[in-house]
Amino acid sequence: MGNAVAIIGTGQTRHGRRTDLCYPDLVREAVTAALDDAGITLEDIDGVVLGTMPSMMEGVSSTHFYFAEAMGSLGKPVLKVETCGSTGQSIGHCGFFWVASGMADIVLVVGSEKMSEGDGQATMTTVFDPFFQRTFAAGAPGVFTMQSMEWMYRFGIPEEKGREAAALISVSNHDNAMDNPHAHIRMRVTMDDVKNARVITYPVRLLDVCPASDGACAVVFASRKAARKIGRKPAWIRGLGFRGEEFFYGESDKAVWMSATEAAGEAYRQAGIRDPLKELDVAEIYNPFTYQEMIFYECFGFCPRGEAPDYVLKGTFRKGGELPCDPSGGTLCTNPIGATGLIRLAEAALQVTGKAGERQVEGAKLALSHAMGGVDQFNGVTIVGSTL
Amino acid sequence: MAKEEHRIVKGQVTVPYELALGRTWSAFYDFLKDERIMGKKCGKCSRVLVPPRSFCPRCYVDMDEWVEVSQEGVLETWVYVNMPFFAQEIRIPFISAQIRLDGSDSGFIHQVAGIDLNDFDRVRETVKLGGRVRAVWNPEKRGNILDIAYFEPVD
Repeated sequence: MGNAVAIIGTGQTRHGRRTDLCYPDLVREAVTAALDDAGITLEDIDGVVLGTMPSMMEGVSSTHFYFAEAMGSLGKPVLKVETCGSTGQSIGHCGFFWVASGMADIVLVVGSEKMSEGDGQATMTTVFDPFFQRTFAAGAPGVFTMQSMEWMYRFGIPEEKGREAAALISVSNHDNAMDNPHAHIRMRVTMDDVKNARVITYPVRLLDVCPASDGACAVVFASRKAARKIGRKPAWIRGLGFRGEEFFYGESDKAVWMSATEAAGEAYRQAGIRDPLKELDVAEIYNPFTYQEMIFYECFGFCPRGEAPDYVLKGTFRKGGELPCDPSGGTLCTNPIGATGLIRLAEAALQVTGKAGERQVEGAKLALSHAMGGVDQFNGVTIVGSTL
Repeated sequence: MAKEEHRIVKGQVTVPYELALGRTWSAFYDFLKDERIMGKKCGKCSRVLVPPRSFCPRCYVDMDEWVEVSQEGVLETWVYVNMPFFAQEIRIPFISAQIRLDGSDSGFIHQVAGIDLNDFDRVRETVKLGGRVRAVWNPEKRGNILDIAYFEPVD
């Protein structure tokens, strides 16, 4: 895995509709918070990695130019990486690679999105090919609903059971977001609220779907030497995996989802994890849609295929359950896309360093973070631990 | 003090494109003109893919053999879309669907129609996962994916 790499600081904006700030100032809010958390200054940073959604999202191309000052990259090497929704994991991996290679001691990784400024679903539609599938694209809801329907059909999950479990995920995520001062949507919802919400793409309803958020996240990666010198409690990178599959929707099997399964499998091998449900203390899963979260549970080996709704309904993944998922409220309550996968990693790091405040899972030592990108095409996983 | 007003500027970016289909995808649309749905078969793994590929994504070898697939297939999954999206070509409500055409090894994305789409409860009775659907051709061929007008449920 290369040299040991620690996360020594994280910073997040207050996520939501941030028309009070121009886009670079939003980025700076997260960067400043991360530097403060790490107890370092810009002078300590050897390089900067940035990730966002495609340029259509806010109408400004190649935002590493626009953010050069805000992300503190003047006079430093800069990398921009984007893989759609999985961007946040990709840039985290990039920060890891840079430090693990020994070419840098401290790297700042920044992810951001200002979705109130553009049309998120129009942007998503441009991710589809222009000749065959774009005509039928109904943004992200269309794709994720097709996937969820296929998954339920494949494993014979009754519609009512799927509905019940998805509603419980929505309720849990919304409850959890109440504990997270950074979260965009902070309100309690009931099972009935979810089940009676407006239909977006049947059976997916409004409270099964994430919001479009403005937000940024910054994470400071450090070598063992630098981490020791700075002296903050580190979250150690224990394993990471990233996998992609075919571009055309329909060419690969989304009900068992190779990229999600193997990205986690690779990360588990590196971290020496054999029984994720038992060994992991907490997971932050990229769940823009409640139904999809259940497919991830299965891909990540938290439960057998087709049984996620049963595990959800017995509370396995709720606060106080065997493996609490999304104690931050998750992507379901906050989704500034380019930042979202990095927020998952930042939240995992907060958990294993005991810094997660009201949303802390007591005694968490090993945490999984994840993001998914494109038309269900890419998946990235990073596992962090309190020890190396 | 009155609530702070945030100054917003409206913007728009419009960029024209000319996108080349290349040899394989051009040929696919030529075949559609003759109301034939053609896939490409991989000489190595033997999979037939529709849309056709110039090379096999898994074997990374050229796919040279054209194979005609059936105009009927199995509905692998679908979604009922009843909200408008920017630049959406098809009027709502519509059904996006993934169809495994007989003789192919991939799901083909298109729409299911030819039934009353306004009554969702009726739609649920008619459009079944695992059910069979059949291509209905657009009499007018424009060289795009709607040369197949839609797929309709087969009784």
